[in-house]
Amino acid sequence: MSDIVLSLQKLHKRFGALQATQDVSLDLQQGEIHALIGPNGAGKSTLIGQIAGNIRPDEGRVFLADTEITSMSIAQRARLGLGRSFQVSSLAEPLSVMRNVMMGVQALQSHSFRFWKPVARDRHLLEPAYAALERMQLSHRAWTPVFELSHGERRQVEVACALALKPRALLLDEPMAGLGPEGSAKLTELLEALKLEVPILLIEHDMEAVFRLADRISVLVSGSVIAHGDSQAIRQDPRVREAYLGDSDA
Amino acid sequence: MTNNTSLTNGASQAATADTALVPKTGSHFDRKGLVQMALLGLLLLVPVAAYFLGHIYYVNLASRITIIAMAAVGLNLAIGYGGMVSFGHAAYFGLGGYVAGISAYHAFDLTPFMTWPFSLPGSDSLLVVWLVAALLCALLALAIGAISLRTTGVYFIMITLAFAQMIYYFANSWPTYGGEDGLPIYIRNTLPLVDSSNALTYFLICFVGLVLAMAITSRLMKSRFGAALTMARLNDVRLATAGISPYPIRLVAFVISAAITGLAGALYADLNGFVSPNMLSWHFSGELMVIVILGGVGRLYGPLAGAVLFVMMETFLGGVTQYWQLFLGLVLLGVVLFAKHGVMGWLAGRERNE
Ligand SMILES: Nc1ncnc2c1ncn2[C@@H]1O[C@H](COP(=O)(O)OP(=O)(O)OP(=O)(O)O)[C@@H](O)[C@H]1O
Ligand SMILES: [Mg+2]
Repeated sequence: MSDIVLSLQKLHKRFGALQATQDVSLDLQQGEIHALIGPNGAGKSTLIGQIAGNIRPDEGRVFLADTEITSMSIAQRARLGLGRSFQVSSLAEPLSVMRNVMMGVQALQSHSFRFWKPVARDRHLLEPAYAALERMQLSHRAWTPVFELSHGERRQVEVACALALKPRALLLDEPMAGLGPEGSAKLTELLEALKLEVPILLIEHDMEAVFRLADRISVLVSGSVIAHGDSQAIRQDPRVREAYLGDSDA
Repeated sequence: MTNNTSLTNGASQAATADTALVPKTGSHFDRKGLVQMALLGLLLLVPVAAYFLGHIYYVNLASRITIIAMAAVGLNLAIGYGGMVSFGHAAYFGLGGYVAGISAYHAFDLTPFMTWPFSLPGSDSLLVVWLVAALLCALLALAIGAISLRTTGVYFIMITLAFAQMIYYFANSWPTYGGEDGLPIYIRNTLPLVDSSNALTYFLICFVGLVLAMAITSRLMKSRFGAALTMARLNDVRLATAGISPYPIRLVAFVISAAITGLAGALYADLNGFVSPNMLSWHFSGELMVIVILGGVGRLYGPLAGAVLFVMMETFLGGVTQYWQLFLGLVLLGVVLFAKHGVMGWLAGRERNE
């Protein structure tokens, strides 16, 4: 058994004339945060979509530990322990935070063809969901409908939803966006603690957070990985400075 | 329970575990509860009074409202709770009706329904009719749903309509059971112990059917299955991301929905002593949709409120003018424009989500 929890092998994806993913191979190891950075439109979210099952790659394979998941449905992958958050949060807005988080707990426990027992007082659902919310320091919002939450809070609810799956790997698509400096500092701390339990593939534009959190960084430009290494190496890589950090220079 | 202690610790600053875990709920005797009790109470009391005053016509009218409401409860499960806009629920209503009609036909003639590969006689037992109607409708919905649920939006509406129309034309052109003339039921199917041919008794049977259908819907929607179905309606990507495939959840809800509508169809055929392809036509699918929208989409009592309004308008305005549907259209317009949550939303206030 290796430490590799998630691995992508030679993924390719085209949207018409646009090569959104070009021969991408990378992996995620136990205990690490692997950051995926790149300019807008580089294909980062498309890559996450291919891992989570929302987008079918044209070529290539995806493994979760030793299991090939390339042709599995989104739900199957989630049940195997792939948790994710979306760049644009995707929750059931009229429902409470709790109701959203409970779904993952429900999926883990058994099939959902249980027609009789009400969920509203089902401790086996409520307690793990509540624990996931506490983990994200959101338990005070448990019964707030999602549409009343700020953008930042919604992103955190998504992470809580993913945690409810007791994931083996987490895919987070720009979780800091919309949080503000204080919020991102808090989330940075949370993720630092979280990575000890579950490795994270992190897409993030906040370079300060990336350099602080990431054990490894891959740089994606126009669908291809142009550089790969630790923070130090990426900071100094001339191609990265040119293609991505450019004038903004972190 | 180890979970319990950690939970209590975490929640202790603000509240005890129980109040944190369970949202505040309103009393049962709020405005909504009163409106619902009044609706159901009137539906029960008016025909009972009419019966003892000798107005059998109104008893049968109440049975008609009750049955149509039950059919709409079925459709509401698909449209309102599942977000599946079926334009073909007449197929199940009609199939249920034909089960009652065909079964009574063979029981009356003492001929078998089929002789090969085994002999199957007709039956004049309502229990048998209901069981067969529910099962056949479930099977039909399983087949139609399995295909239709691969599509969404307008395509789903059209494909469910297309399937229902196929069945409509089939019934129209099958001479054995009356074709387009329909099939009379000379003697109402029977139940043990009670006299189903008595108008009030039959109304009470229908009333129990409606209440059961509503109770089942309510219970179902509070269960894990209901939670998944709600999520499938609101955001199916979220449901899948949480590890639950939306398709089988929707399919099962569609099947249950069809079985309820089919049972109502069987009751309807026995009420009228007659079944015809009209029960299968797209007009009826449309009427059921109108009733669900009138009453309030996804409201437990919406189908009942909608059916009361619809059948009353049809009966009383239809008696005055053949253009009653113009008024129906105006009411529908008013509901869509001003009372987005239907009559029940208007009378009883908005539904609370947890
Ligand atoms: N479903 C689709 N059909 C066609 N083109 C798409 C589709 N999804 C994404 N694209 C295109 O693929 C490219 C990569 O998009 P993607 O969302 O993966 O970028 P990204 O790296 O996540 O960017 P950002 O930092 O802005 O989120 C973009 O040019 C986008 O327009
Ligand atoms: Mg993106």
